[in-house]
Amino acid sequence: MADVKKIATRESYGNALAECGEKYPNLLVLDADLAGATKTGVFKKAFPERHIDCGIAECNMTGIAAGLATCGKIPFISSFAMFAAGRNFEQVRNSIGYPHLNVKIGATHAGITVGEDGATHQCNEDIALMRTIPGMTVIVPSDDVEARAAVEAAINYVGPVYLRFGRAAVPVINDREGYQFEIGKGVLLREGKDVTIVATGICVSAALEAAEKLAADGIDAEVINIHTIKPLDEELVLASAKKTGRVVTAEEHSVIGGLGSAVCDVLSAKLPTKVCKIGMQDVFGESGTAAALVEKYGLDGSGIYETTKAFVKG
Amino acid sequence: MNKLELAKKANEVRKGIVTAVHSAKAGHPGGSLSAADLFTYLYFEEMNIDPKNPKMEDRDRFVLSKGHTAPGLYSVLANRGYFPVEDLKTLRKLGSYLQGHPCMQETPGVDMSSGSLGQGLSAAAGMALAGKMDGKDYRVYCLCGDGEIQEGQIWEAAMFAGHRKLDNLVVIVDNNGLQIDGRIEDVCSPYPIDKKFEAFQFHTINIDGNDLEQIDAAMKEARQTKGKPTAIIMKTVKGKGVSFMENNAGWHGKAPNDEEYAIAMADLEKIGEELGGAN
Repeated sequence: MADVKKIATRESYGNALAECGEKYPNLLVLDADLAGATKTGVFKKAFPERHIDCGIAECNMTGIAAGLATCGKIPFISSFAMFAAGRNFEQVRNSIGYPHLNVKIGATHAGITVGEDGATHQCNEDIALMRTIPGMTVIVPSDDVEARAAVEAAINYVGPVYLRFGRAAVPVINDREGYQFEIGKGVLLREGKDVTIVATGICVSAALEAAEKLAADGIDAEVINIHTIKPLDEELVLASAKKTGRVVTAEEHSVIGGLGSAVCDVLSAKLPTKVCKIGMQDVFGESGTAAALVEKYGLDGSGIYETTKAFVKG
Repeated sequence: MNKLELAKKANEVRKGIVTAVHSAKAGHPGGSLSAADLFTYLYFEEMNIDPKNPKMEDRDRFVLSKGHTAPGLYSVLANRGYFPVEDLKTLRKLGSYLQGHPCMQETPGVDMSSGSLGQGLSAAAGMALAGKMDGKDYRVYCLCGDGEIQEGQIWEAAMFAGHRKLDNLVVIVDNNGLQIDGRIEDVCSPYPIDKKFEAFQFHTINIDGNDLEQIDAAMKEARQTKGKPTAIIMKTVKGKGVSFMENNAGWHGKAPNDEEYAIAMADLEKIGEELGGAN
């Protein structure tokens, strides 16, 4: 895939905010001393009076955003997922979630592709934390096209939204004619009959790669992109599970509480199906390049291929 | 409203607090009573509000950061006409719009959900910032507990408000001296409170928070203070007005039984009589 364009979704986040600035005058961007890393610097440059740097104080930033939202603003708070969802959990729950305020949480540097910084900064728990908050929408874009579309969709949606972006450049896979993004609507990317791979974020392109390899082995895999973990597109997951009878979930997140758990919640209640969850297997990450880490933890195309093949054969 | 009328109102607010907490058989009377004069002054004198239009766009805003003293806020809102005083008896009951801690989606007049300590001042600073950005002249008031300011987020918010020169923001610290585990200076002293806010670029004023004249003077001084937010540190008596609750940490989060309720109401009736009867 050497000729495929690659862009980190955090870049898409910053670019989308800057592009939307003109159109949405109530849009504000808040940072906690990481505007350079969260890529909101482009917004800051274009709309300096609408960018609020709160310093290294994420909990306060969250409350500031809550107060701004009560006055009709649409604040995006930006930080690493570790802080935006982890350190901030209770502030997000009580100051944003409980009053259902119109605050968007732009969480960058999610998952192990943070890379060299290591486990302290690799947040594999944020999807689990955020999806337990009543009324919270949780979105994990798979590439640049989807990330930019998700930002504008979040602006137009009234209520709290958690958006998860990555540090590492990922292949652009959605630059096709007629692409549309709708919150809560999964995307069937490849039809198959033997097994369903439900993926999110960086694992979507990896799942497509895995499906190619599985096809060479005579295994016909269906691939679904679930960009919205909550609310989950239950209909799409159920229809596919009914067709294939086997479901693999793939995410750059703990297998506890993330996409895999969300899919299992639906299937166990409505269509008991055997599920294999690919993700971080209840372990912390470590330092290394993003590529080396996704390979080690089986989240790349080869890893998803091997695990899915064993699951189907088993 | 003159000071005598305000004092009578404050006494009515105290009756509402005691009645609500007694009816709920739970709640926080001590810190509600200590701040009753402040609640009364804000809602009957200081703030630009309209009980008939609780969401009025350019209204002044109030954030009860020490949200456990919701009975105090609810009682003043009811007495100000946001909802019937009679409804105070539904406090904390299933289906009531008077939740144990303030909920902006449920209760008319509540500008921010709060109660998890340490979070309210950030929201108040956000409201004040929005006012500045939009060139509005509304003001934002935030009441914190003296125990509450042990929370680190309070100081994150103070740093932000001082840095941004939010002179439309007034933080009031209810310095009743007691928290659940005892005296604040024994548990983990936040003193000197005024010096701390000063260091965070606030204008600070120390007053007796159970003296309406002093509250009045402090609020006027805050209005005249430009270029920095104001922190009013008000010394109060926890449980003020109810003989057996005064200065007793045990009444931080406990409801009076029927017998105690009768004594409490008699105490407040007596204060009312001394002030010259009902309004």
